[in-house]
Amino acid sequence: MKRELTCVACPLGCSVTVEYNDSEIISVTGNTCKRGEAYAKTEITNPTRSLTSSVKVNGGILPVVPVKSDKPVPKNMLFECMKVINSVTVEAPVTIGQVIIENILDTGADIVATNNN
Amino acid sequence: MLNYDLVVVGGGPAGMAAALKAKECGVDSIIVLERAETLGGILEQCIHTGFGLHYFGEELSGPEYAAKFIDQLKGTDIVVKTDTMVLDIDDDKVVTAVNKKDGLLKINAKAIVLAMGCRERPRGALEIAGSRASGIMTAGTAQKYVNLDGYMPGKKVVILGSGDIGLIMARRMTLEGAQVKVVCELMPYSGGLTRNIVQCLDDFGIPLRLSTTVVETHGTDRLEGVTIAQVDDKLQPIESTKEYIECDTLMLSVGLIPENELTKNVGIGIDRITNGAVVDEMRQTDHKGIFACGNVLHVHDLVDYVTLEAQIAGQGAAEFILGGDKDAVYVTPETGNGVRYLVPQRVNINNKNEVKLYFRVGQIYKNAKVVLECDGKVISSKKKVKLAPGEMENVVIPADILAGMTPDSSIVVRVEE
Repeated sequence: MKRELTCVACPLGCSVTVEYNDSEIISVTGNTCKRGEAYAKTEITNPTRSLTSSVKVNGGILPVVPVKSDKPVPKNMLFECMKVINSVTVEAPVTIGQVIIENILDTGADIVATNNN
Repeated sequence: MLNYDLVVVGGGPAGMAAALKAKECGVDSIIVLERAETLGGILEQCIHTGFGLHYFGEELSGPEYAAKFIDQLKGTDIVVKTDTMVLDIDDDKVVTAVNKKDGLLKINAKAIVLAMGCRERPRGALEIAGSRASGIMTAGTAQKYVNLDGYMPGKKVVILGSGDIGLIMARRMTLEGAQVKVVCELMPYSGGLTRNIVQCLDDFGIPLRLSTTVVETHGTDRLEGVTIAQVDDKLQPIESTKEYIECDTLMLSVGLIPENELTKNVGIGIDRITNGAVVDEMRQTDHKGIFACGNVLHVHDLVDYVTLEAQIAGQGAAEFILGGDKDAVYVTPETGNGVRYLVPQRVNINNKNEVKLYFRVGQIYKNAKVVLECDGKVISSKKKVKLAPGEMENVVIPADILAGMTPDSSIVVRVEE
């Protein structure tokens, strides 16, 4: 089978063609870097996405602090992860890089703050 | 009257990078004036990732990208004044600014870097019929509400315009539980990055309707719905395609306008296509000692390129402050087939380094070539699988080619199909 993908690993957005059998990747073409190849492979086998959102803060300068998953999470778990993220409130001060939720839903990804507040 | 070697107007990514570069080049006294309460500019509300891949080789969120420069600034003696609004710049490079603490400030500068960024095109510029119901806002305003103020501006959303902020907000609103019904784009192609269409719309099954616009808004207190319609090849709505869509929020992502009021007041020449200043390869405007960079010069799609451009402006300002004005011989690069604009608009052939010309194309091209021609000779011809108006491109004029030029030389960039 063949699938045309647009790589989302970086803003270049290369058009990548993947040839594959049921579970085996035969070839990846059209990518201009290694990240493209890796993206295409996971996109066929287990698509993942980086998740960014915000978390409520008590006593901060702003009412929320931005967060991200420190590694991509399975695409089909984005909404479940959002439920967990939206159930959390942290106390100020929050510092950039601080872990807000450890190993969210056993995905292996931590939710970390991406700004100070 | 205060005296500074360099005054930087704006503390976003452009202003910070320009100030840091000027410092690195040996400029003694530098002050950065920022209108908002914090440094970082628009990056503070761009909490999605994708920043820094070119410049830092890692994927960062907007605040993380900004924090790297804010931290660097803290390690220098560069003076930063936030919550400070620049009111005027005059011909003698006197900057007038105001804030609550100092009151009115008059700063005498040897050089100035303009880094005010851009703002969004508002509803008023679109002439959509309907009353001023609440729930109609630019995508960037919605982004501020959600990401900085922590509240949702609506539940059922229609987005007009497929610029990157609109696409990013389509995903953001969806993740927060809103229903994004459709993204309408007037043009037959999207104005956003392809990756954003894939990961912000396709991932969530949000339809993108090209050649479609909003012709009317409904509701008086709160928005109740919009009428959308397809447009013909003259971009006029087709009556028979009108369709009502129920929604409580209309977000506009219909273009960015460089914020050049200060620039125009000085009398600096403006490029009619970019809506930014006309600059040379060091990003110096037609007023000596006044430089411009970042989105106030031309709207970028990647902050990484803003940083690189701001470093050029910072270096240019430093050379001007430390070495004085040098004789320049300018050649004006021309836009050939398919090329909408070129930045810089003037190239000093006495410059000893290569010069990168940034540009955007006017339509989508597939399997085309970007050709750089100097004095009738093809210097480079680069194959491109895809060229799109939403993605900024560049070509390099090599230093040896530049060195061989005369004031009558020609530089042309064009797309060959």
